[in-house]
Amino acid sequence: MYLFGYRLPGMSSLVIWALLWEIVGRADLTFFVPPLSEVIATLFEIIRTPAFQKALGETAYAFFAGVFFAVVIGITVGILMGKNRLMDELLLPWVNVFLSAPLTALVPVLMVLFGFGMKSIIITTCLFAVWIIILNSRAGVKQINRSLVEMAHCFGASPMDAFFRIYFWAALPEILGGVRIGIIRAVKGVIIGQLLISIVGFGALFELYSANFLMGHFWAVLIVLFALAFTISEFLAYLERRVAYYAAKR
Amino acid sequence: MVTSQTKERPDAGVETQLESAVSVKNITKNYGAVEALRDMSLEFPRGQLTSLLGPSGCGKTTLLKIIAGLLEPTSGEVLVNGKTVTDPGPDRAFVFQDFALLPWATVLKNVAFGLQMRGVAASEREDKAAKYIKDVGLAGFEKSYPHELSGGMRQRVGLARALSVDADVLLMDEPFSAVDEQTRRKFQEDLLNLVQHENKTFIFVTHSIEEAVYVSDQIAILLPRPSRVSEIIRPSSFRNKGVENIRRDSEYLDIVDDIWASLRTYVE
Repeated sequence: MYLFGYRLPGMSSLVIWALLWEIVGRADLTFFVPPLSEVIATLFEIIRTPAFQKALGETAYAFFAGVFFAVVIGITVGILMGKNRLMDELLLPWVNVFLSAPLTALVPVLMVLFGFGMKSIIITTCLFAVWIIILNSRAGVKQINRSLVEMAHCFGASPMDAFFRIYFWAALPEILGGVRIGIIRAVKGVIIGQLLISIVGFGALFELYSANFLMGHFWAVLIVLFALAFTISEFLAYLERRVAYYAAKR
Repeated sequence: MVTSQTKERPDAGVETQLESAVSVKNITKNYGAVEALRDMSLEFPRGQLTSLLGPSGCGKTTLLKIIAGLLEPTSGEVLVNGKTVTDPGPDRAFVFQDFALLPWATVLKNVAFGLQMRGVAASEREDKAAKYIKDVGLAGFEKSYPHELSGGMRQRVGLARALSVDADVLLMDEPFSAVDEQTRRKFQEDLLNLVQHENKTFIFVTHSIEEAVYVSDQIAILLPRPSRVSEIIRPSSFRNKGVENIRRDSEYLDIVDDIWASLRTYVE
């Protein structure tokens, strides 16, 4: 966008929203919204505290472990479903059910099954992310050009070669799209898991701050979380653009 | 005036002095209740180019894919160098109608794919691929991606990939049907050179009568419903007259006319 002949950098509109927040905060309309400047100051304050760093560490651990399993399982199962009719018939109804199911309601069951610890949180995170990755990988394989598969077969590719050198690459644009959406869902999963299963990580901080009406602290942690999720999502969008050169021409 | 071409019934056997690289024996292929090929037998002489020509639905691509080992016949067998075909093998290479290039890989990687699948080491296969890329006239495009090339150039990549694995038999499924007319003429001339200089057996599927007559040592006319080999034509006189004289040779023109006369009733 251009303003008075100057090119504005991306996301300049955030300045307006930040100003609005500041004004609402200073007008003292509600205790719920402290001024942004205060929130930012609190942010830098709490970032240095051991409590925050511990929460960040725990959350990051659960998040990355959950996403790792979701990506590995999701891509593998998705590709197999796309390739194999039987697998597809068996699993597709379940994938669709879980994709749209309110997974939060399942979390208590996970607690009973896997205990009140990190394990359950990781599984919750994985469960939030995995279904869309499966569906997208499957869709990527389904649209593969048949003659590429025949070509690989003709030139003597083993099933493993075909999986890693044809199916994976042919489905990669869809896979990355699925992983990006899956990761956004995983952020939800990790926080819900921390809130419901055991009060640890950022979940514990949210609980602590909101129970004590520390709204500045609350917003500060939320901003950190939003920023992290947004950064990861943008990084994956960048990877998607890297494969866009062939996505349209398969 | 039909002069020197020989017409034979398919079952009478092709001229006995020619050794067959590929023999198709009593192939039947059914898709459920649909009979795609019925009891088809055909010999493909070594070192020559045989075209499979016929209207759409005559099973020419099905037959080619059975020879490639991509489809299994319902009954009958295919022999390549005397061995029964059950799967794709290193004795055959395939050139696809839609090129079948990996869109995420460079020309060099695409050409080297066949060698890679055969376990050739990276540096060796890239040297070999580079040589074939040069042979098909694409030197300088090694690092390009398929979507940056024209249709004709893409098929040259497909051809280089098939040549690089040095198979005895080259199977070509309407390889020039997706390229423009001028490129196609150039390809046909190049193909004649290839047949002459590479000691390979070519099996070439086409729906263009002119193309089949122009490039073939032997033309098998396939007719549909039920699919069968109706006749085998072996042009004899114009092959050595030079590529630029073929299209005005009287035998060439006669064969084209004859084939059209026998096919026209099958074209809807």
